[in-house]
Amino acid sequence: MLRAIGKKLLNSAQASGEILALLVETLYYCKDAPRNLPTIFRQIYDIGVGTLPIASLMSLFIGMVLALQTGSQLAKFGTQEAIGAVVGLSMAKELGPVMTSLLVAGRIGSSMAAEVGAMQVYEEIDALRTLEINPVRYLVMPRLLACLVSVPLLTIFAVMIGIVGGSVVSDVNPVINVPMTVYFDNLKNSLEASEILNGLVKSFFFGGIIAQVGCYVGFKTSGGARGIGYSTTRSVVMAFLMIMIADYFLTRFML
Amino acid sequence: MADISEQNPGLLKRLSHAFTRMADEQPVSIADYEDATGVSVQIEQLNKSFNGNHVLKDIDLEIKPGETFSIIGPSGTGKSVLLKHIVNLIKPDSGRVFIDGADIGKRSITDSNRFSYSMVFQTSALFNSLTVGENVGLWLREKEVFPERRIRRIIREKLRLVGLGGKENLQTSELSGGMKKRVAIARSLAMNPDLILYDEPTAELDPVTTDELARVIDSLKDMVNLTTIIVSHDLNFALYLSDRVAMMDKGKIIEVGTPEEIKQSQNPIIRNFIYTTTKGLKGD
Repeated sequence: MLRAIGKKLLNSAQASGEILALLVETLYYCKDAPRNLPTIFRQIYDIGVGTLPIASLMSLFIGMVLALQTGSQLAKFGTQEAIGAVVGLSMAKELGPVMTSLLVAGRIGSSMAAEVGAMQVYEEIDALRTLEINPVRYLVMPRLLACLVSVPLLTIFAVMIGIVGGSVVSDVNPVINVPMTVYFDNLKNSLEASEILNGLVKSFFFGGIIAQVGCYVGFKTSGGARGIGYSTTRSVVMAFLMIMIADYFLTRFML
Repeated sequence: MADISEQNPGLLKRLSHAFTRMADEQPVSIADYEDATGVSVQIEQLNKSFNGNHVLKDIDLEIKPGETFSIIGPSGTGKSVLLKHIVNLIKPDSGRVFIDGADIGKRSITDSNRFSYSMVFQTSALFNSLTVGENVGLWLREKEVFPERRIRRIIREKLRLVGLGGKENLQTSELSGGMKKRVAIARSLAMNPDLILYDEPTAELDPVTTDELARVIDSLKDMVNLTTIIVSHDLNFALYLSDRVAMMDKGKIIEVGTPEEIKQSQNPIIRNFIYTTTKGLKGD
């Protein structure tokens, strides 16, 4: 059992090192971004516009549930007027960036792993190399930049929609019964720009994690269709874990 | 990322590999493109193992400039692995590969004796997100060698060479297996390579399409001055096209000769391979 745990730890350390090496190489090729603008914009469209409807729906319900759960508890102590601040802070600092990133990791990270994985299995990555085109520059760099732009933008939308969802429930629910004007006044007085920035910084890092993990797992794919399926699952699990770990350390750092 | 799939422990080693790989992409000038010519290939004492399995054993081989050279042998003897060493997709455990006298393991961005090589993969390896024309012109556009108008002209020319004139706007998903192979050849030719390598070009093709492909590759020998290396287990295909043939078995080159010499060989492994019932030589 100890041997199995040790092997897992060694594999994790090796994967971390490889992802770091991939990141270094990807950052180096960011200098070629102007040459790859069409690909970058296409990726931004796929990630941003493609994820927006489902991200909106998800954050709307997160805001509504948050308002319902917290508001009804606050109402017991007669402090339900603070609901705007509670929903706003939770959405901006934590739920918005984390939930949006998890959604993008599930939707886009897995598709990146599958696409790059299929290219690896069907020798397209090797073909790029024989065409003297660096696969990191051609495949990873545009995806990284697109994620770094799209995930924070999606987070802004998600936070706004979540706050609106919370305001509707707070107004309509007879137990909470906080008018929208009170809700937004309270939100305005308590939510500072630095707290919104905290959330955006987190989502920026999470975007980077999603792209790097998706592409890394794709490059490591082997074994045909089954291997591609395995890579898809692996990229989601790995990205989820890394996002949660990064979330703790970023929160700790920005407190 | 050239080695990301290889097992090299150690973070520092990985980081140093990442830095080394950053100089991979080489600038191409118009002179480089125009000056393409056949090159020699020399392989010295090449060895490669995967997880303890010794796949290539002391391979020595010399291929002359402009020659069409085939490597034949049963599946799993290391033919494709050898081919990938020649284009630097796999690093050897020991031994060296020289192209026109230059060690490809030490090839750098500052090389004055620049040569270009391209490879046609067993799976064709076309990019599904691109059209036929975009696949053929990918290298030209990435390297920004010519203005767009000339790139389009080259794409049309190369597609015509492989018998696919006017097909540049098709999606790769609309192509048959044989057409995909020909697009892959056109994509390789667009680089104006000095050396072109074919990995199992007839795999998964019917006999009629195999004949068409053989005619395309044969006609290229007259039209384009390049060195050609073909890896195949299709004996008739290899003997028809090649100036010389090497037979591989269990990771070793066991004989090299002209097609006639290979046919006359008394080596029992070669005789067993070439006089099989269904895929080998007919008649005698």
